[in-house]
Amino acid sequence: MRYEAPKTIKEAAGLLAKAKGSAFVLAGGSDLLVRLKSGMIEPELVVDVKRIPSMQTVSKTASGFRIGGAVPCAALGENEALKKAWPGVVEAANLIGSDQIQSRCTIVGNLCNASPAADSVPAMVAAGAKAAVVGPKGKRTIAVEDVVTGPGKTSLKKGEVIEAVTLPKPAPKSGDAYLRFIPRTEMDIAVVSAGVCLTLGPKGVVKKARVALGAVGPTVVLVPAAAKAIVGTKLDDAALAKMAAACEAACKPIDDKRGTIEFRTEVAGVLARRAAGIAYQRAGG
Amino acid sequence: MSEGIHVATTINGDAVEYVCSPRETLLDVLRNRLGLTGAKEGCGTGDCGACSVTVDGRLVCSCLVLGAEAEGREVTTVEGLSTGGKLHPLQSKFIEHAALQCGICTPGFLVAAKALLDRNPDPNEEQIRYALAGNLCRCTGYDKIVRAVSAAAKEIRKQR
Repeated sequence: MRYEAPKTIKEAAGLLAKAKGSAFVLAGGSDLLVRLKSGMIEPELVVDVKRIPSMQTVSKTASGFRIGGAVPCAALGENEALKKAWPGVVEAANLIGSDQIQSRCTIVGNLCNASPAADSVPAMVAAGAKAAVVGPKGKRTIAVEDVVTGPGKTSLKKGEVIEAVTLPKPAPKSGDAYLRFIPRTEMDIAVVSAGVCLTLGPKGVVKKARVALGAVGPTVVLVPAAAKAIVGTKLDDAALAKMAAACEAACKPIDDKRGTIEFRTEVAGVLARRAAGIAYQRAGG
Repeated sequence: MSEGIHVATTINGDAVEYVCSPRETLLDVLRNRLGLTGAKEGCGTGDCGACSVTVDGRLVCSCLVLGAEAEGREVTTVEGLSTGGKLHPLQSKFIEHAALQCGICTPGFLVAAKALLDRNPDPNEEQIRYALAGNLCRCTGYDKIVRAVSAAAKEIRKQR
């Protein structure tokens, strides 16, 4: 195995593109090093991206926020402006692991590890986050929901690195929230999760909504039908019931030791309802 | 066999250089190359916290950091807690409150507790328990550890 720590994103993409065997990006390493040590992967090359300045900062931009791909999740919780603008995204990112893991794990790593249960992903999808991808052929921007194609699989091509995730500037009267179900109080993997982002119009009527579910299918799913069920309402019980039903209909979960298909499906609706309630409050409804 | 990587870093305030293999973890470097055996390997997967150290002030599991990543960083291990042969208040209070039995998890708890008190000198019980949630102890049942950290926090505030 070769270890490289390039100083620029271009160099990183070049190294990954030229690798003959399997090559991996090392951001926080909280997933990669576990896989490496257990022999699940035998990389020819590991490219540490933590020496690339453009990947190490969180910045407020004209269009919103830009979170560098090597920024540890702990730093997101320390950023007051980001927390105020996107509390759901920050809470989701801060749910990943212990303080020790928070010092290392990144939302881009969480995304690229491509676990259906990744905590930060439903919140990012609900928020309308985009991934800024740099590869040997240049740059492209894709929606976060288009990055993961299945468990452990992404749409990134050889040599491509996600340099940053961008979040839009929150619309006036909007709010987001993320909730997950775990059998413990913390330090666990989501059995089911839901991220909701709402924008309100006059009189507390929902104008726009995005609802995303985690751990109920091979990838995090955006559920337009759930959003449609609450747009134009004040989140009354009938609208919430319709939204929960749409969430349940979108679930294609697995049955495993952590949750049955039936349980995951029902809880998805419950969590989406509760997350929508929090998002609605945060939006000032 | 992969080529060795030369690393220059700072450990407990001292400039240190070593050569490690690309796959070698910071924990293995500390223990096997530098003789700093305070950090322990419990799980090796970042779940137990026995290998906790700080890198540039952030608490990490050294089993999930490559030795090569420490280049130019500042690493603090449990060996860096005491000064001039005098125990850190956390260490004294752990002894006083019998906050350890077998001792394997203790260095990790001390480093994690120090990281907590550095940013929050007056944590309540809930905050202590949250901050130490990444450290597993199979002997004490945690209560004594929480009390020791609370007592150490009080002691440090008194000294200021």
